Amino acid sequence: MSSIYIRVLVAACVSAVLLLSACNSSNPVNAAASTKPEKDRKLAPEFELKDADGKTVRLSDYKGKVILLDFWATWCGPCKIEIPWFIQFERTYKDKGFAVIGVAMDEEGWPVVKPFVTEMAINYRILQGNDSVAQLYGGVEALPTTFLIDRSGKIAATHVGLNGKDDFENGIKKLMEGPGIVQERASAGLPGRFIPAVLFGAN
Amino acid sequence: MAQTSVLSVAAPEKVTAKRGTTIEVKTPVLLKSGYHVNSHTPSESYLIPLRLTWEPGPLETIGVMFPKPHLEKYEFSATPLSVFTGNFEIVSKLKVGAGAATGPGMALGKLRYQACNHNSCLPPKVVEIKLPLVIQ
Repeated sequence: MSSIYIRVLVAACVSAVLLLSACNSSNPVNAAASTKPEKDRKLAPEFELKDADGKTVRLSDYKGKVILLDFWATWCGPCKIEIPWFIQFERTYKDKGFAVIGVAMDEEGWPVVKPFVTEMAINYRILQGNDSVAQLYGGVEALPTTFLIDRSGKIAATHVGLNGKDDFENGIKKLMEGPGIVQERASAGLPGRFIPAVLFGAN
Repeated sequence: MAQTSVLSVAAPEKVTAKRGTTIEVKTPVLLKSGYHVNSHTPSESYLIPLRLTWEPGPLETIGVMFPKPHLEKYEFSATPLSVFTGNFEIVSKLKVGAGAATGPGMALGKLRYQACNHNSCLPPKVVEIKLPLVIQ
């Protein structure tokens, strides 16, 4: 009898721990979407879009960096939740071989996007998206849709919908530990300089 | 049924009306479970409102009446949002032009909406509504 009691007690404790850990998760909406194993990653399609200054930007301009590619729009509530996280990621990791690229999918274009970028104090590059680029990335029917791209230019994770901040950040950190070198220059009083992995033939 | 991915509009029945009279046209809207559309009076300025417009033609729009929206709280918004969910009906009050040509015709309406679920949003879309008419 006491053995059954102990087993029931243990099962109850395990359930409680699991429940608590689920409630504590900083990813309240989606299940954790970890990065794919390298062998399962596919090359992120190359694109060419304009930024707010009219400058043409290509994905390949960021070769060798870990990229968070975010498809969003000004009318998208869930996107507005994630943007402050991405601002923080850009600030924290930009000198470590990381960049956020926001692709605005507003049909009205810059007249609505520019004021929003100013209002949100977005510190990363925003590009004006279009259907052609969305199609390259699987259609991007729902926003936000966010891709984590590794240093070899391959898609390591895809998040559709509002995701957890920690999930993004863990993915970014994991990818930054991947092939590629961050040369610390702290001793010289200079910011860390990223040397793309491709320079070393790593892929 | 004019259908898009999450919202559909039932095809309206044929309307027979005399010139110079005012008619009410009901537009039943069916929204997929789990989704909402912003109401015609969204809570936040950045949200795209629900709009029903009728193309200029034999009918003149007097007014468009929406049901009372719900206030729903979503994870992505600090405050409840004014939305429509499930099935609802929009009523348009339309006046048949005094000089409208008699006989069969068609009025074209456009319902613009922007839908979201609890964690993602779909781009704004337009559903066309074709209202068959007989003007006497």
